[in-house]
Amino acid sequence: MNPDILQLVLFTIVTAATPLLIAAIGELVVERAGVLNLGVEGMMIVGAAVGFAAGYASNSILVGALAGMAAGMALSLLFALLVVGLATNQVASGLALTIFGLGVSGLAGAGFVGLKREAASHLFIPGLSDLPFVGKLIFGHDFFVYGGLGLTAAAWWFLTRTRAGLTLRAIGDNHVSAHSLGLPVRRYRVLAILFGGACAGLAGAYLSLAYTPFWTPGMTAGRGWIALALVVFSSWRPWRALAGALLFGGATTLQLHAQAAGGFRVPAQFMSALPYIVTILALIVLSVWDRRGTTAPAALGKPFVPDR
Amino acid sequence: MTAATTLATPPAENTPLVSLRGIVKRFGDFVANDRIDLDIRRGETHALLGENGAGKSTLVKMLYGLLEPSEGAITWEGRPIRLTRPDDARALGVGMVFQHFSLFDNLTVAENIELVLPKEARRADLAQKIAAISQRYGMALEPDRPVWSLSAGERQRIEIARCLLQDPKLVILDEPTSVLTPQEAEKLFVTLDSLKAEGRALLYISHRLEEVKRLCDRATILRRGKVVGACDPRRESARSLAALMVGQEVAEVKAEGQAANGPERLVAKNLSMRSRETHGVALRDVALTVRGGEVLGVAGVAGNGQSELFAALSGETRADADEEVWIDGRPCGLSGVTARRLMNASFVPEERNGHAAAPDFSLSDNVVLSRHATGGLAKGGFIAAGAARAAAQRIVDTFDVRKSGDDPPARTLSGGNLQKFVVGREILRDPGVLVVNQPTWGVDAMAAATIRQAILDLAARGAAVLVISQDLDELFEISDRIAVIHDGALSARSTRGRRHARKSAC
Repeated sequence: MNPDILQLVLFTIVTAATPLLIAAIGELVVERAGVLNLGVEGMMIVGAAVGFAAGYASNSILVGALAGMAAGMALSLLFALLVVGLATNQVASGLALTIFGLGVSGLAGAGFVGLKREAASHLFIPGLSDLPFVGKLIFGHDFFVYGGLGLTAAAWWFLTRTRAGLTLRAIGDNHVSAHSLGLPVRRYRVLAILFGGACAGLAGAYLSLAYTPFWTPGMTAGRGWIALALVVFSSWRPWRALAGALLFGGATTLQLHAQAAGGFRVPAQFMSALPYIVTILALIVLSVWDRRGTTAPAALGKPFVPDR
Repeated sequence: MTAATTLATPPAENTPLVSLRGIVKRFGDFVANDRIDLDIRRGETHALLGENGAGKSTLVKMLYGLLEPSEGAITWEGRPIRLTRPDDARALGVGMVFQHFSLFDNLTVAENIELVLPKEARRADLAQKIAAISQRYGMALEPDRPVWSLSAGERQRIEIARCLLQDPKLVILDEPTSVLTPQEAEKLFVTLDSLKAEGRALLYISHRLEEVKRLCDRATILRRGKVVGACDPRRESARSLAALMVGQEVAEVKAEGQAANGPERLVAKNLSMRSRETHGVALRDVALTVRGGEVLGVAGVAGNGQSELFAALSGETRADADEEVWIDGRPCGLSGVTARRLMNASFVPEERNGHAAAPDFSLSDNVVLSRHATGGLAKGGFIAAGAARAAAQRIVDTFDVRKSGDDPPARTLSGGNLQKFVVGREILRDPGVLVVNQPTWGVDAMAAATIRQAILDLAARGAAVLVISQDLDELFEISDRIAVIHDGALSARSTRGRRHARKSAC
């Protein structure tokens, strides 16, 4: 294969992986705190709608990205009030959040369907970005991509190297013990949920501001669910989430290129389903490989009611 | 710290370190602590004695800032204080070693300890501090091991180290030996002796009277939330202390009937099995035989494969081969629970709420749950409600189960009464084989005596009984033979229980 085409394929893999990575890192931190938020898809799509609307109105990518994050956080705050404040069932609340988010996004984005704006600008470093084969791949992305990588490193550092990260992991392992030691279980969980909401919103904003720079209802197309699967796939470790995101990004890209090339005798519908099939296969392989799920935070999904 | 200082007088030598006056704690209508007065002096080892549910844990939780008293006052070195958070208590110098460890299984020893240190503590100094503590008190600690891989004794050492790093003046120990082997307990006492020698006050909660007699200078006895007495435990006999705790004499169980020489009714051969739990213990080559008329006790420290053994014998986890488990001469390793119940076996798991009984189901529905196949309580897909109620009533009458209402949900019964109900439900079927895990865990002395007597009576009628328990005294009391389970393997040689020894002595 021509090196330039290969570079293009790898380049699109990275862009396809970025929204998955950002959303997965957010959810990973939430789950490490012992909360299962199945509303990632809903927060993502609201982030996409609000991000595009704000970006279009202000003509600023940065304002759009921040608005997307704020929208994701607002939705996650609702979730936090339900599951942390009222100790409701996390699965049901998360599913409701996704349905709610899909509806709200349609409303927020109603006036913006069919509009277009310029995609986020890409990094350009004279000399470096022109390097053959690797120049564009390493030095030619938009800031979301570098932000996602930075986020991964920051999440890893926070979880393994800081006291607050240790506290968060302890709360996710055993909230009863954490409470009896006087650790602020609910405060940490609310903050983690808000962080997860901001990440999901940012991932959504990336879709409507950079990946496909327009808004269309339902444009997240299940990426929130793939991000959730990625968290399990990564065994709750940030760097593995990056590897997983590239794998899923690869599956997405492969089907696009395969369809474009047209030489395959495989139905297009099957190719479109490829990322989701990879998700299911990855989960099956993981559960066979690690039958007892030793790496899941032990308090994941369990509601916490302090005993007083 | 929210400790309000109203008296600025320096603590006199004879002021107690901490005093509680008129402490009342209510949970809704239930009074857990009723006007409790308690003084703890500097450097003394004070025992808090009482049955389960006497209010000991509630009281110390208030001393540690986990609960707030509904009424009453706490003074520390002569100053009135209010403890609203564990941080307040720790800042004053109160340390606590919990009965149920507040540890994090998936974190390392060092991480578990780091969590309770002040935030500004440097991670680099931590290893050194841990080494210093283990040296000074003779407690071996491995900082980088994950907690799930440690024994109960090692886990407790983390709790104690965590507590000592804060240099406490008062150390509260809530049932510290309940999870330890005798050897581990002996090591703990050595550590506690050196704490005493340093002048720290210890508040020692236990219902094991021999330990209290060995360790403590004074004892306060609680019953049903009230202080019923104070004494010097070294001058009392275990029997007089027990009578104070329970409020009446506890009847001794009597074994009578045929000797243990019936046919082999429950047999396991080469039973090996992985655990279903995340950090569980695999069974390794377990072999056992229980004859009709015999009670086999399985002793061992918690978490050595007891729940896995129970699951394997009851059919909750199926064996790899049919020939690994036999009931009354028929192989049943691949059969499930219901199939084994149809072979006239019965099973009582350890956890009564949620395993032995469905908490929100009525008592009669709970009877149907375990007897649907064997008791004629379900006909043509319908529950025979009248028969189920009659069966529940029979259990209630036979075992003196105290309940409120006609057919209340299982969760409304107290621990002891629900345990009598779930044991009674199985024993009244008159099974040929009974496997019971922790028959009297967390049950008051009267109910425990009832349950033990019922188990012995069942064996006397010719049934084979296997009792898994961590209470050695209980096993000595009711077993003909005792085997020990350790790390998933059952000791081949069985010790003789006291029951047998006593009988041959007369």
